Amino acid sequence: MTIFIEAGIKVLLAFVFLLVTVLLLVWAERKWVSDLQNRIGPERAGPFGILQTLADGMKLFFKESLTPTKAEFGIYIAAPVIALLPALLIFLVIPIGAPIEINGTEYTLQVVDLNIGLLYILALSSIAVYAVALAGWASGSKYPLLGSVRAAAQMISYEAAMGLALVPVVMFAGSASIATIVEGQQGTFGSFVPAWNIVLLPSFVIFLIAGFAETNRAPFDLVEAESEIVGGYHTEYSGIRFAFFFLAEYINIFNISALTVTLFLGGWGGPVPTGLPTAIQWVLPIVYFLIKTWAVVFFFVWVRATMPRMRYDQLMSFGWKRLIPVSLVWIMLCAVALGFRNFGAPWS
Amino acid sequence: MSEVIVFVIFAAVALVGAISMVSARNPVYSAMGLLSTMFSLAVLYVVLDAHLVAAVQVIIYAGAVMTLFLFVIMLIGVDKADAYGRQVPAQRIMTFVVAIGFFAAIALAARSAWITGSGAFGDPEMNGTIEAVSDELFGTWTIVFLSTVMLLTIAAVGTIALAYFGAEVEDEEALL
Repeated sequence: MTIFIEAGIKVLLAFVFLLVTVLLLVWAERKWVSDLQNRIGPERAGPFGILQTLADGMKLFFKESLTPTKAEFGIYIAAPVIALLPALLIFLVIPIGAPIEINGTEYTLQVVDLNIGLLYILALSSIAVYAVALAGWASGSKYPLLGSVRAAAQMISYEAAMGLALVPVVMFAGSASIATIVEGQQGTFGSFVPAWNIVLLPSFVIFLIAGFAETNRAPFDLVEAESEIVGGYHTEYSGIRFAFFFLAEYINIFNISALTVTLFLGGWGGPVPTGLPTAIQWVLPIVYFLIKTWAVVFFFVWVRATMPRMRYDQLMSFGWKRLIPVSLVWIMLCAVALGFRNFGAPWS
Repeated sequence: MSEVIVFVIFAAVALVGAISMVSARNPVYSAMGLLSTMFSLAVLYVVLDAHLVAAVQVIIYAGAVMTLFLFVIMLIGVDKADAYGRQVPAQRIMTFVVAIGFFAAIALAARSAWITGSGAFGDPEMNGTIEAVSDELFGTWTIVFLSTVMLLTIAAVGTIALAYFGAEVEDEEALL
């Protein structure tokens, strides 16, 4: 029974953490983008406008949720929920800190460590496609439909690249469990370079690019290209239903950043001096994790403020003709390298 | 006890999904019914400690196959209602016979193995399905596995070749 109580508390904490993160993330993005574009950005609600997201959220909550006449009602209201669920669930397998020990019991700072962790993430991100496809179709309107067809094609294409980019990580870690992958990165090369998986550079780059496409962010935001198809799949959504899509998108950005850190940048790893009070030893890994993740988040925002949107055919040919072949070749190279390491040279 | 509760809930969801899949008038709702059935099956696999099978179930069936179905349904349009009147001769009688046979088969199977009990729910000792499956797949059955890979590749390459070169010939004829 304790296992269920522990899991329940962790799930609750994780959701609160995610919601607070999204509040900060939306504000931070608006501030960063406005700085990059030489504007002031939100400044009225709270100090530095930090409560702006909260105000917007309240506004969305009290606004009327319109339903188009041609909408397919059941699926129309189910789509925002389907968008939010995978976003919340993916975060549950990401460890945000080193395991801590209280009264002789070890608690991991992730809700659950699955043996199939990476596959779980891939499975859930494939569910996210449904939200976009169904939202566009159920709106009964042409811009959402165009946006959702684009989205489905884009997410399926880049999911393949993302899955292939993760294969070398699993090969070198020898496990698909997220906790094991993070622990495998805690050592150092030559006692000063951290042994992060970023040495698998092609995988890292492909994963990051595919992450941009999966979260429908610039330069791959064709799904909601304002200049062409209004808002894309969520054009017909308003009020709290739109807020769900918005929330899901920003949780996904944080998830992808946290995953990038977890899989390639050493997760919660970092120098923890011995001899410090226990509390600081618990908190330091969390701080390292958050610093790294927010750095990746900043990179996401930076790219959005810098890069123009790609054309749709460029997007598709880049995914299928560049990313996937490159990741396949890279997997083969990794397999050869592992073969040398494990069995020695074939001619010796 | 908890696995029984989870089993009952998701078995019910799977059945409701299956029924709504055949009874829904709108193909998109049918697709959703099938999706919920597949998802509940994945949950049932988790209850049986077959985590890898559950993940593969979601990735392949929910992620790939059903997305494709949905894509096709959305692209060809669902406004045209199918002709429900068109029937195979003696369809109802045949359906009845097949259903009786199916339930008889289930009853026969259930006589020998109803609920045989499972390992403890969430037993960490059972958390090795990836390793176990890959040992079998890449150890015992390597040749069979690689032959399957070859078969699938040949099928994919053949499809592309047929579609691609066929279109080219058609274009030439159109030019002539």
